[in-house]
Amino acid sequence: MLAGGLAAAFALSSVLIVWADAGVWEAYGLIFKGALASRFGITETLARSTPLIMTGLAAAIAFRAKLWNIGGEGQFYMGTLMATWLGTGFLTLPSYLLVPTLILAGALAGGLALLLPTLLKARYKVDEVVTTLLLNFVIILFVSFLLEGPLKDPVSLGWPQASPIVDNGVLPLLIAKTRLHSGFVVALCLAVGLWVLVSRTKLGYEIRAVGHSPQAAGFAGINTRATLIKTALLSGGVAGIAGVCEVTGLKGYLTLDISPGFGYTGIAVAMLGLLHPLGVVVSAIFISTIFVGTDSMSRTLNIPTYLADVIVALAILFVLVSVLLTRYRIVTR
Amino acid sequence: MRSNKDRPQGGAVPIALKMTGITKRFGALVASDQVSLELGEGEILSLFGENGAGKTTLMNILFGHYTADAGNIEVFSKPLVGGNTKAALDAGIGMVHQHFALGENLTVLENICLGNEPLWSLRFGGVRLADKARQIAQRCGFEVDLDRPVHTLSIGEKQRVEIVKALYRDAKILVLDEPTAVLTPQEAEGLFEVLRHLSTEGLAVIFISHKLKEIMAVSDRICVLRHGRVVLEVTRAEADPDEIAKAMVGQELKPAVRTRLEPGSTLLSLEAVAKKVDQGALGLQEASFTLREREILGITGVSGNGQQELGDILNGITKPDSGHIDWSALNTAGGDGDQLRRDGVARIPADRHAEGVISGMTVWENVISHSLGKFSKNGLLSFDSAQEHSQQLCTSYDVRYDSLHAEVQQLSGGNIQKLILARELSDQPRVIIAVQPTRGLDVGAVDAVHRRLLEMREKGAGVLLITEDLDELFALSDQIAVIYKGKLSPFYSAERLTLKNIGRMMSGFEIATPA
Amino acid sequence: MLLDIFIQAGFWAALIRIGTTYLFGTLGELLCERAGVLNLGIEGIMTLGAMAGWMYAFEGGSLWGAVACAFVVGAVAGLVHSIFTVMLGVSQHVSGIGMTLLCSSLSYYAFRLLLPTSTTPPKIEPFAPLIIPWLSDIPVIGPALFAQTPLTYLAFATLVIVIYVLYRTPLGLAVRMVGENPAAADSQGIPVYAVRTGAVMVGSGLMAIGGAFLTISHFDAFYFGMINGRGWICLALVIFASWRPGKAFWGVLLFAGVEAFQLRAKQVTGGIPYQFYLMLPYVISIIALIVWSKNAAYPQALLKPYRSTER
Repeated sequence: MLAGGLAAAFALSSVLIVWADAGVWEAYGLIFKGALASRFGITETLARSTPLIMTGLAAAIAFRAKLWNIGGEGQFYMGTLMATWLGTGFLTLPSYLLVPTLILAGALAGGLALLLPTLLKARYKVDEVVTTLLLNFVIILFVSFLLEGPLKDPVSLGWPQASPIVDNGVLPLLIAKTRLHSGFVVALCLAVGLWVLVSRTKLGYEIRAVGHSPQAAGFAGINTRATLIKTALLSGGVAGIAGVCEVTGLKGYLTLDISPGFGYTGIAVAMLGLLHPLGVVVSAIFISTIFVGTDSMSRTLNIPTYLADVIVALAILFVLVSVLLTRYRIVTR
Repeated sequence: MRSNKDRPQGGAVPIALKMTGITKRFGALVASDQVSLELGEGEILSLFGENGAGKTTLMNILFGHYTADAGNIEVFSKPLVGGNTKAALDAGIGMVHQHFALGENLTVLENICLGNEPLWSLRFGGVRLADKARQIAQRCGFEVDLDRPVHTLSIGEKQRVEIVKALYRDAKILVLDEPTAVLTPQEAEGLFEVLRHLSTEGLAVIFISHKLKEIMAVSDRICVLRHGRVVLEVTRAEADPDEIAKAMVGQELKPAVRTRLEPGSTLLSLEAVAKKVDQGALGLQEASFTLREREILGITGVSGNGQQELGDILNGITKPDSGHIDWSALNTAGGDGDQLRRDGVARIPADRHAEGVISGMTVWENVISHSLGKFSKNGLLSFDSAQEHSQQLCTSYDVRYDSLHAEVQQLSGGNIQKLILARELSDQPRVIIAVQPTRGLDVGAVDAVHRRLLEMREKGAGVLLITEDLDELFALSDQIAVIYKGKLSPFYSAERLTLKNIGRMMSGFEIATPA
Repeated sequence: MLLDIFIQAGFWAALIRIGTTYLFGTLGELLCERAGVLNLGIEGIMTLGAMAGWMYAFEGGSLWGAVACAFVVGAVAGLVHSIFTVMLGVSQHVSGIGMTLLCSSLSYYAFRLLLPTSTTPPKIEPFAPLIIPWLSDIPVIGPALFAQTPLTYLAFATLVIVIYVLYRTPLGLAVRMVGENPAAADSQGIPVYAVRTGAVMVGSGLMAIGGAFLTISHFDAFYFGMINGRGWICLALVIFASWRPGKAFWGVLLFAGVEAFQLRAKQVTGGIPYQFYLMLPYVISIIALIVWSKNAAYPQALLKPYRSTER
């Protein structure tokens, strides 16, 4: 069923390839070749998947509790801000202390960014979809202000960018001379950790119960408000860690365009991964395969790279439907 | 009561509705099995049967919500196309559902007029529509401002809106599905009055109920359904209540017996517990009473008079604004639901689907939902022991399921309720708060619930029963109180109360204290 | 200094101009939600309308043709959203986010494909203001209300039509009822799926015109990321307005006012970084939501898929 959904997405996307006067098989061939057929392609795909796994996990865990966190982008930037503030000379610590400190601080910042909309939801019934979305814009404008003001790298001339992360704060590379850094391992650990949490712990049970039925969960003695807050801290925290890893592992310094929408794509990742933490890993790698492959394919065939976004969007919609149909069959069996 | 009404003899009454051989299957279940019935103009036909006997299914087929697998329907000698609500409406069939089909934020008039004009017409009929609606409302003895939003009406008024709505569409056949479930006995009598009046004007009425007294009061003819089949059809004149009751259940059911017990020491006492509620609802005015060991206190009232608030407060869902609940006999301070459960309070919620179980989670997860602490160690859930525990409980409480890992909403209502009982009663609770514990269950399941509650009483528990089912109230309670507009009456010994007393109290009259 | 802004005719004219996009978007979203369907596709559908309308004009079509084109494209997107949410009953949140992703990426793809290598964005000749004689000479409000482009007048007309249809016609009653209690509508012979789908299609069409207003009237070119959260602000406006079109109008004016003020204020005052002015509309949206959310009378069946009991 799932494969059927993906196949439908690819089939429909091929209309766009034909529109661009290119060969469908050739284009798809080049996408997978570009992303997976070389050492460079594979490491690039995994590097690209690193932030997506984490923003995907952030969305997945929140959606499990029906906390519609669309603010992954803002929380991601909160993480990058923390890493930049503490990691560009503010703290002088050995590497084995500085890196965890930055990660924890980023998690805290991301978590707090989601805490506000969550409290508003729990207390005043304010729709968190809209508040998290709007906060993204506020946070990014705030980052923009900092990059042109207090955090601006004095040697960067006109460019609004921050000073580089100190050497002790940089995440080591996994494979030399590639862009694949140890943030990928962090992402995998988080995925496994969240999987255990969701399926095997009391908190995970509570998160799922609140997501399925806050009323019944409340009746069972689960404190729904506290559970939502814990979920928010987890979700925002993981998105914040994504930001930390991207600054300290890949880029080395903060710019305003460090995220090409990782927070938003994370939502797609979560949905395609069916909100399962391990599914998120698979879906993040799948989506970054499409992105990296399409980048390389478009250089050869001159097809706009936005094709990748279209494929991903279609994949979500079709996979959703196929899951729905599967469930429907079970229920009406 | 209405024997003096003139009625043409024999076949002289024109046939309004003729259903022949209606069959409907849901999977393996035959919800309607070769049902045939006839209804004459101006006749009131009661469909009688327990929950799940196929009454509602049959009417849903008539109304086009379901398509029958076999059978024919003729309305005024014209065949009715199945599975088409609009065709049913056009043929003159009106239906008042158990759950009202009203838009709460729309006005009475808007609710009545919806769907009567071509959708693409540029404007409402305005005054013309309102006049017609007002006339019909008068015929039904219903005086209310048509521009009021529906959410400001009482339950009884909402039901009248439903009837007016149907008549507005020139319904010749009116179907009422369990219309008295939400009414006081007096309100129900008022409804019967209106139905009798309308039937003399030629309206054919199908009255669905599982209350024997009502159908004896209102019907011309009675049709008993069981397991989707018509098992008995009699005119009221020749109807024998015992025979009908027997036909409904299929065998004689011995009701659970309540033995006489001497109440023990106090378990719980309320002193002037009050709760204000926002607009519309009535809240709870200073309620005081004590619950003792080995007794069942029954509280009843028309739905929406404060029993919900009382239940929520005792269940730890909401906090009272003032007053004091003394839990000291249980060594607990009260507080949140989880704490209450651990200290020996069992809670059976009113809405078993929305509150009692977590839809979307599995059977076993729901069995342990109130004892997460017991099955987790350092935050990790112990799957094996939780599942084993769930399986044992389900077996001993006769919960039937396909798999422990099936989602709980796939169970039937009766099985869900048994699951809740299993979860709540297995820890030997000392106080049981049961809100509407048997609503919507079939006779067998009702009996099981009653037996469990009486068994717990014999073991020494105190039970607070909040119910709107008066038969249940009398079957179980030692003491009875009525709640009206948020005010709780004193408790009276059940033996000294009559149905009539209760009915008067439910409509707000004081009764002379039965000594 | 700052207060001077409010007596400039230019401010009020800008307010109405900026408000046009919000008015279309908010009315569109409101229609969808009154019928019980949250449409988070709004951001993408506005992008799609902006692109499609502009492209139609750029390829030589008439401007009114461009408006029609945007509406049709938006309505098709609305149809897709309602196939998912109304007919299949997929989560409205999830489908809406998917639609935003799909519509905006499709727009960018089409734009890039049709205009592969333009460094400076090509321009079209946008709607010229339609100046109404005499009335436009009234000081301050004359230029604001009577010297706008035709699409702005269309937005006002749409507001009146939406209010009339919603509250004064059987169709509007049907739309409100399917958003309030679809089972009730069904039992009175209203085709629930059709009414919901229709409302979502028309609503999405309006959103798309709102997007197109930016590219063929307010500005003259299509940029990447040009909707920039306007759709999300419309979502907030609908809640702020308690799902009532009349109230939505005042909300739109308020927010357009904030934006018009912010554009001018950042030129007048030094010292405060411009980012803080840009934040204003978002921050005020959030505050407005906090203040007005608690007592919002939302359509009772919003977010709830309806399945007829037919089996």
